[in-house]
Parts: sequence; C-alpha cells; structure tokens
Amino acid sequence: MENGAPSEGKDPSAFLSEIISAPVTVKLNSGVVYKGELQSVDGYMNIALEKSEEFVNGILTRSYGDAFIRGNNVLYISAQ
Amino acid sequence: MADTEDAGTSSVSEPLDLVRLSLDEIVFVKLRGDRELKGRLHAYDSHCNLVLGDVEETIYVVEDDDNEEETIRTIKKQEEMLFVRGDSVVLISPQA
Repeated sequence: MENGAPSEGKDPSAFLSEIISAPVTVKLNSGVVYKGELQSVDGYMNIALEKSEEFVNGILTRSYGDAFIRGNNVLYISAQ
Repeated sequence: MADTEDAGTSSVSEPLDLVRLSLDEIVFVKLRGDRELKGRLHAYDSHCNLVLGDVEETIYVVEDDDNEEETIRTIKKQEEMLFVRGDSVVLISPQA
C-alpha cells in the first residue's frame, strides 16, 4: 500500500548492507569508539569488525584483528 | 537467490560466525563494569552466553589515592571454568 514514505527512502538495514566491508566508526553506549572495517551486521546489530582500533576518550587503547561487538551496546554505526 | 549459508567454512557472513570460528581457541572478552576475560572458548550461544576455560579475569578499579588523584588498580583472578551470562558481554575477540 502507498503511504507517506518517500519512495527513494531506504531501510536502515539497507544502509548497513551498503557499507559492508567499508571503514566504519562504531560508538557504544559507554562512549567507547571502535574504528575498523565492517565485516558483517545482523538483526540484533551485532557487529563483526576487522582490523579495528578501540578509543577511550579519544585515546587509542587497544587494537584487534577481529572483533565481535554485541548489538545491545551499540549507539551508532557511521561510515567514515 | 544467492543465500550464502556455508556453515563449516571460514566465512564470516554474520557476526556470530566470528565467535563460532573462535571455538576451542583463546578469546579476549570485554564485559560491562570494566572487566575483561581471557580464556579458551568452550561454548557459546546466540545470547553470547559463554563457557570459558582457564580464564584470567582482569578488573579495573578507579581509586582516589592520598593526593586525591585517580589511579586505576587492576585485580587479576584465575578461574578454571566460567559461565558468562550474555547480557554482560560487550566484545569478543579471537587472540592471535
């Protein structure tokens, strides 16, 4: 059924599948930021990152070859 | 439709595949409340409930010292076997 939504408007999950394998910034509710290559996302917003770096208060604290982030902690995902 | 469901291979088509590939390997787990675990991953499920063996737990505690400066103290604990409830898991990373 046609509703008020603009036809060119896309699903948020369509955006997520568009940025697979792109460099992304993920911010968690705790304020911790992860930068890395987006391997995959699922419906819970669980995230797999490749070659990621962890920043606490803007300071690099750790780096991971691969990292799984549990979706409930995610505040936003941003394509860099 | 190209629905890729190659279960046994080394592909990561959904995030939990990364955890599946870490079974029986040493993983680093970041938990809520400034806690970290390092141990061998024996089992997991979709809630991120984990069973870890030979675990080293690190707890970070912020303390005010005499000069009222904040210092971070780390407490280390060893556990033989640990069941972790999924809701406290923040991050899981396979250790190289």
